[in-house]
Amino acid sequence: MTAAHDHFYILYNLIAKDFKIRYRNMSLGIFWSLLNPLIMVAVLTYIFTVVFPSTVHNFPLFVLIGLIPFNFFALAWATGTNSILDNAALVKKVRFRREVVPISVVLGNVIHFVIQILLLLTLLLVFGQHVTRQWLWLPAVFGLEIVFVCGMALAFAALDVYYRDTRYVVESANLVLFWMVPIFYSHDQVPRNFVALYEVNPIAAVVQACRMILLQGVAPPHSLLVKLALVSVAALVGGILLFGRMQKRFSDYL
Amino acid sequence: MTLLELHDVGKRYFLHHKRQLVAERLKTQLQKGRESFWALRHVDLRVDSGESVAIIGPNGAGKSTLLSIAVGVANPTEGTVVQRGRVAALLELGSGFHPDLTGRENIHLNASLLGYSRAQVEGRMETIVDFAGIPEFIDEPLRTYSTGMMARLGFSVAVHVDPDILVLDEVLSVGDQEFQKKCMDRILEFQRQGKTLLFVSHSALTVENLCHRAVWLEHGHVRRDGPVAEVLTEYREWANLVAAPR
Repeated sequence: MTAAHDHFYILYNLIAKDFKIRYRNMSLGIFWSLLNPLIMVAVLTYIFTVVFPSTVHNFPLFVLIGLIPFNFFALAWATGTNSILDNAALVKKVRFRREVVPISVVLGNVIHFVIQILLLLTLLLVFGQHVTRQWLWLPAVFGLEIVFVCGMALAFAALDVYYRDTRYVVESANLVLFWMVPIFYSHDQVPRNFVALYEVNPIAAVVQACRMILLQGVAPPHSLLVKLALVSVAALVGGILLFGRMQKRFSDYL
Repeated sequence: MTLLELHDVGKRYFLHHKRQLVAERLKTQLQKGRESFWALRHVDLRVDSGESVAIIGPNGAGKSTLLSIAVGVANPTEGTVVQRGRVAALLELGSGFHPDLTGRENIHLNASLLGYSRAQVEGRMETIVDFAGIPEFIDEPLRTYSTGMMARLGFSVAVHVDPDILVLDEVLSVGDQEFQKKCMDRILEFQRQGKTLLFVSHSALTVENLCHRAVWLEHGHVRRDGPVAEVLTEYREWANLVAAPR
C-alpha cells in the first residue's frame, strides 16, 4: 500500500501546510523572512561600526554570511527534531512513509534559507562585491548543508519519540554551536589546537567555504569540500538507518 | 483471495506510569522488569476478498489495536501479518486536518496521506466536495467548522479512494441522519463492487446492516468469530449479563 502513495505529493502538501499556517493572517506574510535578516544587518552595522568599530572590511556582511547558514541549520534541526511528536496524530493513524515528516520540515525551512541567501547576495552586490565564477560553488555548499540537516533531523526526530529530552539537548547544542561556528570571528583566528574541532563541524565548514567564495573570491579547497560531503552523506545515511529502525515502534510511544 | 492474514498475533504495551528519569530508566532496562500488558494475544484472523467483517467487543478489548496492526500503523510484538491489495484505512476522521487550512486545502493533504495522487485528487475534487455537502464552507478555514461538518469532509475524502479493502474505526456514527444514510449507501455500493470491509463499531444496527461476519474480541483474545447474527446474539446475552443489576 505504501508503494501506491505519491510521496512527493504528500511532501508538497506537508510543506504547503507549514508554509500557509506560518503566514496566514499575517499582514506582511513571507516578507518577514526578508525583514528579519535586514533588521539583523541594521543592528550589526550599528554595533560593529559605532559601539565596537571593527577593522574587518564590511564586518556586518562578514557576520551575516556566518549567521544565515547557521540559523538555517539551528532552526531546521530543532523543528525537525520536534516534527514527529508535533504530528503524532498523523503518525499514529495513517500509514505512509514517516521519513516524509521531518524531511518536509527541513525543506520548509529551505524556502526561507533560499530567500535569505538571495538577500545576502543582493547586499553583497550593493556593498561593492562582484559576481564571480566562484559563486557557482554556492549551490553545492548549501546543498550539502541541506543533506546534512536532513540526516540530523531524521535521527533526532526518531530519538525525540523515545527520549523527550532530545529537544532540549538540541536546543543546548545549538547554543554551544552558535559560538563554536565562526560567525563573529574568522576561521583564521581559531587557535591551532582547536582547528581539528572546526574541521569536523560541517556548519563551520559551510561558513568557511561561503566566506572564501563570497568575500575572497576564491574556490574553497577540495579537502574542505570532500570532508563536508563525507560528513553530510554519512549523517543522511545514518539518519535514514536510525529512523528506519526506530520508526517501527513509534506508535507505541506516541 | 486472502487480503489479510494475522497469525498468532500479539501486541504488548509497556506501562509508562513510572517516572522516566535516567536512574529508573537504566534500572528497568537492565532488569527487564517493566510492567507490561498484552493488548492482543494469540489472535488469528483471515479476511478474504469480498468479505465484510465487523470487530466488536467492550472498550479496551483490543479492537483499535487490531486495526492498527492490520493496516500496518503498529507492529505486532509477536506473530505475523500478511496483507495484500490496496488498503484505505480510516482509523480517525480527518487525519492530518489542520484548523487553519481551508476545507479544500485539507482535502489535498488528507487525500495524499490516504494514498491519492495529485491527479486523482484534482479529478475527484468536485465529487468529494459535493458528497460532503457543505459547499458554502469549502473555502473557509476548518476552525470555523462544526464537528459534524468536519466529519463529513473526512468521510467524504475517505470513501472516494478506491481501495481493495476499506478499514474503518468507529467513524460511521458521526454526521446527521441524512449524511449517515449517504455513507451507508456508499459503503453498500462498495460491497456490491466486491470490495472488502473491515470495521469496528459499537452500533449493533450498523454491524447487522453491513456485515455478514463478526469477530468478538475480549481482553485481547478472539472470543467468537462467525456469522454476524449468531455472534451478536451471544454478545448481547453476555453484555446484558455483565450489565444486569445484582
